[in-house]
Amino acid sequence: MKYFPLLWSGLWRKRTRTLLTLASVTIAFLLFGLLQGVNAAFSHGVEASKLNRLYVQSRVSFTESLPIAQMTQIEAVPGVDAVSFANWFGGYYQEPKNFLPSYPIEIGRFMTVYPEMLLPPDQVEAMIKTRTGAIVGVEAAQKYGWKIGDHVPLKSAIWTHPGGSGDWDFDIVGIFDWPADRNQTNALYFNYKYFDEARSFGKGTVGWYIVHLADVSQGGRIAEQIDALFANSTDETKTQNEKEFSQSFLKQFGDINFIVSAIIGAVFFALLFLTGNTMMQSISERIPDFAVLKTLGFTDGGVLALVLGEALLLCVTAALLGLAAASAAFPAMKTFIGVAELPGQVILLGVALAILLAVVTGLPPALKVGRLAIVDSLRGR
Amino acid sequence: MFDQIVAISLLNLASIPRRWGASLVIVVGIAGVVGVLISVLAMAQGFNETMNRTGRADRAIVLRGGSQAELSSTLSREAAQTIDDAPGVKKDPSGHAITSDDVVAILSLPLRQGGTTANVTLRGVGPRDAELRPEIKLIAGRLYQPGLREVIVGQSAQQQFSGIELGRKIAFRDSDWTVVGVFESPDSHASEVIADSEQVLAAYRRNLFQSVTVQLEDVSSFDRFRAFLTSDPRLSVDVKRENEYYAELSKQLGTLLTFVGYVVGGIMAVGALFGALNTMYSAVSTRTVEIATLRAIGFGATPVLISVFIEALLLSLLGAVIGAGLAWLFFNGNAVNTLSGNFTQVVFHLTVTPALALVGITWAALIGLIGGLFPALRAVRRPVVEALRGN
Amino acid sequence: MENSVSLQKVIKAYRRGKESVEVLSGLDLDVPAGEFLAIMGPSGSGKTTALNLIGGLDRPDAGTVEVCGERIDHLSNSALAHWRSRHIGFIFQFYNLMPGLTAERNVELPLLLTNLGKAERKSHVATALEIVGLSDRRKHRPNELSGGQQQRVAIARALVADPTLLVCDEPTGDLDRQTADEILSLLQTLNRDQGKTVVMVTHDQKAADYASRQVHVDKGMLIEPEARL
Repeated sequence: MKYFPLLWSGLWRKRTRTLLTLASVTIAFLLFGLLQGVNAAFSHGVEASKLNRLYVQSRVSFTESLPIAQMTQIEAVPGVDAVSFANWFGGYYQEPKNFLPSYPIEIGRFMTVYPEMLLPPDQVEAMIKTRTGAIVGVEAAQKYGWKIGDHVPLKSAIWTHPGGSGDWDFDIVGIFDWPADRNQTNALYFNYKYFDEARSFGKGTVGWYIVHLADVSQGGRIAEQIDALFANSTDETKTQNEKEFSQSFLKQFGDINFIVSAIIGAVFFALLFLTGNTMMQSISERIPDFAVLKTLGFTDGGVLALVLGEALLLCVTAALLGLAAASAAFPAMKTFIGVAELPGQVILLGVALAILLAVVTGLPPALKVGRLAIVDSLRGR
Repeated sequence: MFDQIVAISLLNLASIPRRWGASLVIVVGIAGVVGVLISVLAMAQGFNETMNRTGRADRAIVLRGGSQAELSSTLSREAAQTIDDAPGVKKDPSGHAITSDDVVAILSLPLRQGGTTANVTLRGVGPRDAELRPEIKLIAGRLYQPGLREVIVGQSAQQQFSGIELGRKIAFRDSDWTVVGVFESPDSHASEVIADSEQVLAAYRRNLFQSVTVQLEDVSSFDRFRAFLTSDPRLSVDVKRENEYYAELSKQLGTLLTFVGYVVGGIMAVGALFGALNTMYSAVSTRTVEIATLRAIGFGATPVLISVFIEALLLSLLGAVIGAGLAWLFFNGNAVNTLSGNFTQVVFHLTVTPALALVGITWAALIGLIGGLFPALRAVRRPVVEALRGN
Repeated sequence: MENSVSLQKVIKAYRRGKESVEVLSGLDLDVPAGEFLAIMGPSGSGKTTALNLIGGLDRPDAGTVEVCGERIDHLSNSALAHWRSRHIGFIFQFYNLMPGLTAERNVELPLLLTNLGKAERKSHVATALEIVGLSDRRKHRPNELSGGQQQRVAIARALVADPTLLVCDEPTGDLDRQTADEILSLLQTLNRDQGKTVVMVTHDQKAADYASRQVHVDKGMLIEPEARL
């Protein structure tokens, strides 16, 4: 843009001040990127939810088991395409801190309900044929260096064998991928049959069912029907779609959204003062310069636009720097929040906020400069 | 020297109204930093305090070996009996061991705020629980009667969840349970629903307890108690002092909150520092001529330096007080609930303590001092003659 | 010869608090095209005010101002701005260059308001700097230039859009004698060789002597040169 040198020179009149302001704004947006990114990470699971899957859990609580006998009844509900199940295994590898999401399943049913999971057919076969067979996701395999054929012992915090031991042995027969949601590849799945035979209590039960629907619009009706099947029994159910299921889980962490928004709000409020003050000062000091521009023929509107342009240049540059820094920090935070990059929408939101900040802080001095009378404002007058 | 400092400082402060915009930048910036820092630390502290206050050193809790929390532990009746009879356990006048074999389950109840459901701990306790846990005090209604499907709910649980007031019925496991009492407790039990363990076992068709909590004869009996149980080949148990068990449960979240508080606060502090530097540089440059005149008259460089610090400090402290005040106003006493180690909600109260306020003020003072340092140096380093000529 | 400038019965007053001070009380002034006019007078005489009106920086309270054949006394602010950019080049006592820009960029400023492309602008700027003899200093910032050099840059800036009228307010007020003479010679050359009409306000008689005609203003009125004692 041909006005760039002019805008640039205006900003750097007072180098220290501009640098400090730039630094403050950059930091504010670094924080924004980090916090909003974490916020987005938490709701990521919700976003990725598929509405054509329902989750059936015990009405009492998620941690209560359901009898496996319920499955045939659920399958019989019209509109139900396929039913799978899983249990919470609570497994860890060697030490409790190496927690591994692990679930006993029936591989055929599981893959029907979760078509996003990719596993070569020969590995599916191997899983069915091997009693202690287990499949691990790409990322888990990478993390622990497991390959097909490896023997992996896990401990369960919950399930024991009659004897008291919580040690479970598995043989890796396959590595699965889940391109749509890489987080899912941190898990391990093994055969329910082995699980049910070898556990000392809770035999014949599952943790929850996953129901695949033929028609998403039928979801509500089917959920009601399933719950009606078991109402007033000893094992009442609660059926929700995947989105509701994820959301209710999140809610338990508390209102993260509120906290993040509150902090960001406080930061930007302070920033408004800072930037507004800087812009006001900077422009006031340069009123004679703007008067000169007017003598050259810049209109009132033109000069107003120059001031706004300066504000935009400062704020958007700083915002991009801050967001870039936040972006760079994300891979390091992956282990904590499970998301490896700053979501694009956070960057867009950040830039929009930067523009808003520029306009709000730039407008008062811009208007002042637009209105000033040339003859009163030239130097030496 | 002192009078010089005072004189210049007063001059400085008197001229602040002229520079109110810039001065406000420090105040608001630091208020923000301190407010956020104190709020998040108050959360961490409130949470830690609640968990730390849970459990006593002279009580012990026994779980199945290898389980990290009650929920994943299972103890048979036999095992529970063995534990009850172990040496080191205090007995009441009638000769019964003061213990409780607990069944722990989770209920999903609707939250008052938002209406979605969250997990709450249902604890089935033994007949001598009142002796074991005297800190649990009924404040309304009465205790449940053994043999009946009745529960008492903790005050904090009642605050967070709807539908569990006195007299209401909670439906689960194919029967209705009546809320016959409300209790208060200084620890995490206040977020629980308590009932008779036998009733809970029957309702859930279980015959396994999750934990056994015992009152030790005294604090030193712990080792004896523990040794006995861990050397028994029929048992595979973890024995911990009750307070240590709860402290471990909360460690992760407590640490996380503290970490977040300092990180976020730290980042904001750096931002506020830049803002403070900006303001003080501008304060100093607006008054270049004044400062130079003072020095030409004979005021020393040091008093000028110190007076700049004083201005920065006072503004920062004002910001700190405002920030701390806001944090106290909005959050002190607020109940927050979140997921704790036991997979259930724990309610804890945010406490904005004087100690936290002090942390905030210290940060503010540091920011103010550094923010004033470089501008102050610049103010006195500039040759008087040059400064007198103005910008 | 056509008049470049024609002021008729111009009245201009300034408000100071509740008081209104009349600075120009019915001024008549004609400036033929191609003239180098010096306007002299004591401070407060209204000479600068007259210059402001001629340059389109201000509007009269009454009377007409016609410059380059256009009535500018009733134009709106934005119309005046457009008009200024096309017809007037300003030269100030304190140069009024942008401190953060090089000489080149400073001279380029008026051209940013046109539709000229980058290459064309560069070429016009080069020409203007050559005319004032500062091509070798084009990358220097104002703080790297002497007073006389800065004023030359200002003159180049005033010339670059090829205006018909150059308006100068005490152009040598901040310069030493020798440099002042150089600048005034330059103005004279521009007037004689390029046909630019120059209107200059000055209190310095030696500067006024470079002009082709001198007039005196006192108490808001033109004083005929013959009437001066």
